[in-house]
Amino acid sequence: MTEYNFAYLDEQTKRMIRRAILKGLAIPGYQVPFASREMPMPYGWGTGGVQVSAAVLTPKDTFKVIDQGADDTTNAVSIRTFFQRTAGVATTTATSDATVIQTRHRIPEEPLHEGQILVYQVPIPEPLRFLEPRESETRKMHSLEEYGLMHVKLYEDISRHGHIATSYAYPVKVEGRYVMDPSPIPKFDNPKLGDMAAIQLFGAGREQRIYALPPYTQVVSLDFEDHPFEASKADHPCGMCGATDSYLDELIIDDLGGRMFVCSDSDYCEARQATGHKGKDAA
Amino acid sequence: MQANTLSGGFADPAVGSAHAFRSVMEAMARPGTIQDIEGAAPPAPLSPAMGAVLLTLCDTETPIYLAGDMDCDAARAWLAFHTGAPFVGPAHCMFAVGKWDALAPLAVYPIGTSEYPDRSATLIVECSELAASSATLTGPGIKDQATLSLPEVEAFQANRTLFPLGLDFIFTCGERLAALPRSTEVSRSSSEAIAQVGAS
Amino acid sequence: MYVAVKGGERAIENAHAWLAEERRGNTDIAELSIAQIREQLSLAVNRVMAEGSLYDPDLAALAIKQARGDLIEAIFLIRAYRTTLPRFGASEPVDTGIMACDRRISATFKDLPGGQVLGPTFDYTHRLLDFKLAADGEVPKAPSRDAETGNVPHVTEFLNREGLIEEAPHDDTPPPDLTREPLEMPADRALRLQALTRADEGFTLGLAYSTQRGYGRNHAFVGELRIGSVPVEMDIPELGFAVEIGEVILTECETVNQFTGSKTEPPQFTRGYGLVFGQTERKAISMALVDRALRWEELGEDNVGAPAQDAEFVLYHADNIQATGFLEHIKLPHYVDFQSELELVRKLRREAGAQQVQEAAE
Ligand SMILES: [Zn+2]
Repeated sequence: MTEYNFAYLDEQTKRMIRRAILKGLAIPGYQVPFASREMPMPYGWGTGGVQVSAAVLTPKDTFKVIDQGADDTTNAVSIRTFFQRTAGVATTTATSDATVIQTRHRIPEEPLHEGQILVYQVPIPEPLRFLEPRESETRKMHSLEEYGLMHVKLYEDISRHGHIATSYAYPVKVEGRYVMDPSPIPKFDNPKLGDMAAIQLFGAGREQRIYALPPYTQVVSLDFEDHPFEASKADHPCGMCGATDSYLDELIIDDLGGRMFVCSDSDYCEARQATGHKGKDAA
Repeated sequence: MQANTLSGGFADPAVGSAHAFRSVMEAMARPGTIQDIEGAAPPAPLSPAMGAVLLTLCDTETPIYLAGDMDCDAARAWLAFHTGAPFVGPAHCMFAVGKWDALAPLAVYPIGTSEYPDRSATLIVECSELAASSATLTGPGIKDQATLSLPEVEAFQANRTLFPLGLDFIFTCGERLAALPRSTEVSRSSSEAIAQVGAS
Repeated sequence: MYVAVKGGERAIENAHAWLAEERRGNTDIAELSIAQIREQLSLAVNRVMAEGSLYDPDLAALAIKQARGDLIEAIFLIRAYRTTLPRFGASEPVDTGIMACDRRISATFKDLPGGQVLGPTFDYTHRLLDFKLAADGEVPKAPSRDAETGNVPHVTEFLNREGLIEEAPHDDTPPPDLTREPLEMPADRALRLQALTRADEGFTLGLAYSTQRGYGRNHAFVGELRIGSVPVEMDIPELGFAVEIGEVILTECETVNQFTGSKTEPPQFTRGYGLVFGQTERKAISMALVDRALRWEELGEDNVGAPAQDAEFVLYHADNIQATGFLEHIKLPHYVDFQSELELVRKLRREAGAQQVQEAAE
């Protein structure tokens, strides 16, 4: 094969994905089944996100890809290169310059603005899957709005550990109706999901689901009155830029197990350093 | 086959439909906003915006219902050639195309099932005007509130009560469009409400 | 000072270059040609075509070469290629009743019209390494005879005449298309068979084997196994009739299974069915056993909770491209999630520790 279509996918596939995206936007938090295609990268490596990006990108877009918050992780590099090659889009690492951002496991620290689209790669879209492995059952539970099992699970955590023992892929309720999996973002990122100015699209390739959050949608992390939801992170400032409000990666820096904490969002950290912010570990 | 049956599609289908889709998606994601959409030149009575939406979303897998005046040879031939979509009655369509009055009654369109609310029709409504007036919109996609010229209010209020089931609407006019998903709460704008009170 | 690891792009390029070199191996050794793989590793080619859902021996051979002989990787290459192909239409259903059989055996009848044809099988070979092949692979010519042509009746038809086996009525309903519609539960038999025919051979074999060992036992005999080529015809609307566009080699297995009857059905034999691209008989037999196990509900049998009876379990886990991708994705960085778990575990331990100290003090 010599020539690929713009953004790789054939037009019929894109139309099918686009229809699913529109239904997803019309029913926030509901997982729309779609006939996911085999992509030239493996399932589980972002095929859902890639298909959604391929369906929304235009040649005028500026595209950013992050994995674990960083632009230079190998899979982010691989996906960015794929769209440079097949869609000819401009790419960037600057969050504010991007019109479409594909992400795995993080929401950028810098608030997104109108005109931006955040595309999530989702491994297991069904928030109830680990409580009920059967798709036929979980579909029924969503249709009946029967989410008691999820609350029981979270409450069992509290009675056993004193806390809800879910630290990422923390379930949310959308507009008071659908319980949704926000993809494996740390729960630190959950508060950014609601009321966001950008469009959020979620693609699960292997599981053949697309779902969406329109801008300014009400998204509430599940919790209990006596155990309110708490967005947590490592209790340190960033060693490089000194930020105290960002999600941090923990790095082991020597054989003695010495550690430092650095922003997981590489663009955020670099931009702060460029404007003179300095952490204790910076040169 | 008429010459204008074969023409009027996107000059570059992949890129044309990519841009058109972004307009439709922005409209659906931000109810009440009015978006430009271009690239299609369908025969009358289809408007350019209507044509672009249909080219972007329809193919052999999407049954279309043509309501009222829209059900004419020119529209059928153009859509058959450019999309290959089958034509059906309102009860089995995925997309319905027409002016507001011709599309009524709404009760006949598929609204999805409780397990698959997405299996519902999208109505593409050709309007004589599209403006930020007459109806107040709130809900997902809308920061505080938005206003949009809707053909009426009650039908959309009734549709909202079906949520998560229901119909989704795209309004087209010339080369512009707006959208109203089932999730949007609709009320009569207070200014118009006052005007009506004043008139009565 | 800490410097973040950069240069993902360079690392990927270098890895690809090294991979290409490793694939080629020692350049003193002659390179494999696609034709050599196609002709001499034909069973690998068949498996790649079957699970890749694309009948093209040359492309399958190319995929095997590119994948360094990793068949799941080769299947993946074929699947990814296949999805980009335009779809011109669907063929007429193939008629295995007119198959030009290379192999046709029945385990349920000693003899049958047309006779048992062993064909090119490993079945009765002694599995002794043939060191002659290491030096010189030349083979004496096998005896041959003219191919049987015309109708080759299915063994199950003989049973059907006596009413001893369940009816398999003709059905013109277009089957769902697994590659164009998302998998939906409950899946009808056509959809299940479609998923099974491209399912991983090893997974299907394991499930089939489990039914033989009692996890949903269904007492299967190979009613008939046939391998051969069948014509593929396509209806050309402009012509108003179907024309032959080529032929494919298929393996078809029909099992005859014991059935003691249910509330609605008298005791009779029931059927399991396997149909797979190429000469792929282990897969076709496995498919037939799993098909039969999945039919418990329509036959009014008990669900004994066996894995092979569970359609959701079987269909959602049988695809090796989905499975391998998701399994291997845990190689990707997960440090953001790991960090959040780390914080949680530290917090829980801190609190548990504080509690112990307090209890000790009390
Ligand atoms: Zn930092």
